[in-house]
Amino acid sequence: MVDALLEIDSLTKRFGGVVASDAISLAVPRGELHAVIGPNGAGKTTLIGELSGEIAPDDGRIRFEGGDVTLLPSWRRSRLGLARSFQITSLFADFTALDNVALAVQAHAGHSFRFWRPARGEARLREPARAALARVGLASRADVLVAKLSHGEQRQLEIAMALATGPRLLLLDEPMAGMGPEESGRMVATLRALKGELTILLIEHDMEAVFALADRITVLVYGRIIASGPPEAIRADAQVRQAYLGEEIRHG
Amino acid sequence: MTAPLTPRNVVVAVLLLLLTVLPLYATASGHVFLLTLFTRVVILAIAAVSLNLILGYGGMVSFGHAVYLGIGGYAVGILAFEGATSGFVQWPVALVVSALFALVVGALSLRTRGVYFIMITLAFAQLVYYFGVGLDRYGADDGLSIRQRSQFAGLVNLSDRVQFYYLCLALLVAAIYLTWRIVNSRFGLVIRGARSNDRRMRAIGFPTFRYRLTGFVIAGAICGLAGALLANHTGFISPATMHWTRSGDLIVMVVLGGMGSSFGPLIGAVLLLTLEEALPVLIRVVASPVFGDAAARMAEYWQIMLGPLFLLVVLFARGGIDGLLAGERRG
Repeated sequence: MVDALLEIDSLTKRFGGVVASDAISLAVPRGELHAVIGPNGAGKTTLIGELSGEIAPDDGRIRFEGGDVTLLPSWRRSRLGLARSFQITSLFADFTALDNVALAVQAHAGHSFRFWRPARGEARLREPARAALARVGLASRADVLVAKLSHGEQRQLEIAMALATGPRLLLLDEPMAGMGPEESGRMVATLRALKGELTILLIEHDMEAVFALADRITVLVYGRIIASGPPEAIRADAQVRQAYLGEEIRHG
Repeated sequence: MTAPLTPRNVVVAVLLLLLTVLPLYATASGHVFLLTLFTRVVILAIAAVSLNLILGYGGMVSFGHAVYLGIGGYAVGILAFEGATSGFVQWPVALVVSALFALVVGALSLRTRGVYFIMITLAFAQLVYYFGVGLDRYGADDGLSIRQRSQFAGLVNLSDRVQFYYLCLALLVAAIYLTWRIVNSRFGLVIRGARSNDRRMRAIGFPTFRYRLTGFVIAGAICGLAGALLANHTGFISPATMHWTRSGDLIVMVVLGGMGSSFGPLIGAVLLLTLEEALPVLIRVVASPVFGDAAARMAEYWQIMLGPLFLLVVLFARGGIDGLLAGERRG
């Protein structure tokens, strides 16, 4: 546990009478692909919000690389190497794919109080951005406006942007959401290629993908962790089956 | 740099050419009012360009931008009144005071969004407006006459209409070029990204607040300079310069011309201010054969024609006139 990249300790968040995070404790070691699953309303989105710095927890601690980040704003966490993708595609629509990724590179390449030189001409920003696009299979789509990309390509672009920030931990918020089988197959391949090199916390609905990729799985129900362990253990866990998985596991 | 021959580029080129030769025509034909009108157009276009930087590119709907016209104007007026007539003193003061005021307004208002942002910028502008009304030493409500235009040690004579016009035009072109450089720089991409999705910008590691605030200050400073020019142009400054309807005019110029386009604010300023002059005349000419003397009174309601035009642009040309010319259909 000492070498955990991300440590969550008794994280609690209430919205009125609803407990969205109920004393969540979790440790993600370096290099692990850790999946968080749970039915709708289990508090997965709240957890991602707390980890990325958009929702302040009522109680508990978040440690990243040993340092307390509980109260840091999201841009600071990004600087530390904690990158997230968004569930609802939230790219810069009037920019090209390459512009989007280059912006993510720019955020980590010194300050941006530079008012004169055209940023689109800076090889220092464009080259790493092209490399990140290539990693998710979008190299040939670099100069296409985001609005013209397919849904699947936009999701891949989300990953490329997260990668371009040079992260140590990737927080992925349902990267397969709304994808057809072919597109989600491509996403699984992308994530598998990143696995091991990066630590990944994957929040996902697609059970097939989760069991294919995850080293460990944590199951969240009503804001509380009801099980955490390797995929086989989760598959066999009676409480998990009863609370949530049942049908889907048998099919998966 | 070669620009393709699109309708938009042709219009912009023709417009710049006309603005350049305008003094020649005005002095040769004796239509001096044209020179007066277009000096005003050019000055307010500078103000609109500055607003476009934060409104069009930064998504910050400042509803108090005319306050910087007032601050810049009062900087010139008050200093002249107190005996400091050097432009080398007046204009930097206009710029710096405007920038400082923008820093305060921005620091408070940029923490809010949407309607709250609009209301806070408006409230600050109203605050200064009433402050101006209360300035008894400097004419209060009635305003302050500026007897002597800013002095530039013989380098340029602002009392010469033509020289002053060309100075304003040069500053307008400089302001357009400056914003064009800015919006394509690293800084510009950050504020444009924050307009599109501020939350995402923070998630990828940008502390967006400080960049947006900087943009807000730059826009305030440029508009402060426009205020200094305007005071020199009219030889007069009063609180009316920063009335909230003037802020509304600036927004109309930007939206009409095209938000987030380099030359949009210029097109908007030319269009709005010439229509302001031309519509009453047009109505009088068209209506007088039919309605006789009533036509003059009808002409007072020229805005009844401007309103629908503005509505049409907002509804059907999201990119403004510039967007129409460029053939864009921005969603």
